[in-house]
Amino acid sequence: MEREKADLILNMGPQHPSTHGVLRLVLELKGEKIVNSDAIIGYVHRGVEKLAEHRKYMQILPVFDRVDYVSANTNELGFVLAVEKLLGIEDKIPRRAQFLRVIMAELTRISSHLIWLGTHALELGAMSVFLYAFREREMILDLFEEIAGGRLHTGYMRIGGVAADATERFIEELGKFLEVFPEKLNEYETLLTENRIWLSRTKGVGVINKETAINWGITGPTLRAAGCDYDVRKYYPYCVYDELDFKVPVYQNGDVYDRYRVRMDEMRESVKIIKQCLEKMPEGPVQIEDTTIILPPKEEVYNTMVGLIQHFELVIHGITPPKGEVYAAVEGPRGELGYYIVSDGSNKPYRLRIRPPSLINIAILPELLKGHYVADVISIIGSLDPLMGEVDR
Amino acid sequence: MGVREGVFLTKLEELINWGRKGSLWPLAFATACCGIEMMAAAASRYDFDRFGVIFRNTPRQCDLLIMCGTISRKMAPIIKRLWEQMPDPKWAIAIGSCAISGNIFQTYSTLRGLDCIVPVDVYVPGCAPKPEAFYEALILLKKKIKRDRPIIVGGEEECST
Repeated sequence: MEREKADLILNMGPQHPSTHGVLRLVLELKGEKIVNSDAIIGYVHRGVEKLAEHRKYMQILPVFDRVDYVSANTNELGFVLAVEKLLGIEDKIPRRAQFLRVIMAELTRISSHLIWLGTHALELGAMSVFLYAFREREMILDLFEEIAGGRLHTGYMRIGGVAADATERFIEELGKFLEVFPEKLNEYETLLTENRIWLSRTKGVGVINKETAINWGITGPTLRAAGCDYDVRKYYPYCVYDELDFKVPVYQNGDVYDRYRVRMDEMRESVKIIKQCLEKMPEGPVQIEDTTIILPPKEEVYNTMVGLIQHFELVIHGITPPKGEVYAAVEGPRGELGYYIVSDGSNKPYRLRIRPPSLINIAILPELLKGHYVADVISIIGSLDPLMGEVDR
Repeated sequence: MGVREGVFLTKLEELINWGRKGSLWPLAFATACCGIEMMAAAASRYDFDRFGVIFRNTPRQCDLLIMCGTISRKMAPIIKRLWEQMPDPKWAIAIGSCAISGNIFQTYSTLRGLDCIVPVDVYVPGCAPKPEAFYEALILLKKKIKRDRPIIVGGEEECST
């Protein structure tokens, strides 16, 4: 196929305020229309997969917190589920821990979508939405701080459970947040959904139809906006998602506007999921009792010989899963986030591969931008919601 | 500085420093996680604007580089160029362990800190530091600017010798 001749080659990024990180685009322009484009990635490549091969299973968790840094909990959850599958202990995880995992994962989804909403709207000229979205996001970060101690990188999941039980204050504050948040969502919608500028910047822009989306392996809100209802939580349920009642929002047009609608609806569904979790969550332990997998409680370590030895053993030798290969996926805020682990029976993975939804979702970008105006580039990148830390890993 | 009977008495040096520290304009640029905390620091609850901090999108309008996030080897020359594009006087803050030392990412592709390529004024440890830590960095930087000597007494002659 012959390439159309371009008048101007425009370099966008890596330092550009609206490329969501350090994405670089080389746009070949004819007038204001893009005839060809090229996405250059790798500006925040940190060698995470290689790093994982040199760390014990427990030590890998903090690294994955920082891969997709706005949704640390779902990242951890995916890895933890993969290791648990490898160890064959998926059924032994206490129920309370499973509910807590779902609560944290959904809170993460909301906070990630809020960042997306804020920045996406900011880039298209609606600054007040950014300020509003971050106001509610701070509430979620306070919850994270209460339960896990960290704002951004929570480090809450553990292989065999979660780090700590929910405090009373957490439950109380979470209840308050769930009460307030749906109203706030309506507030954002009044600002955007029927806003004429918003509509003309987003409707009919960056259309991905169902077939293309499936062929490119796109997952998450981008796929669901194109009319396909694939959601890992429904198709391959993990934790307790099969017991919860929630809908998967699906829209048909596959343009930027529909992606916006899907994400807004997803936040509402997340609120519903968390409410159900709070109702159904039983009392009980939050960690598995097997001390070859999870560290014994600190009182035992300090006061008993057995506890001390178990702690020492686990810290020095780590977890040793059997030989084998395993794949586990979760529905992250950006799509199917999968972990493929090859174990050779030692305490470190032989090879670990992440299926990064961001990378696979923006692979279509050069193709998608063709024929669009330069101004639409911002809107399209924003709607795909790539996270460069996850793209480059 | 003091005002008496409509007369404003100060040293020129102090006046310049006062002006410089009151309106630090950082570059809206981040590579990784700490950038999200920078956004949070600029947004509603923490509100950086009250420190006179307004984010600018081009390095040519900035006098402060707040380096947030891991610096990969591929990104390093670009950061250096951004720094060189910023007009003098300029300052740099390294936010987070990655920008200080490379953090846990001790791999083939990352740089061991911002100070390998750019002179750093304030280091802020943490992974990621809370927005409050951003304030402290800013206040420390302002203290540093206050001590600065923008004019050299004796002018060019003394400089050249």
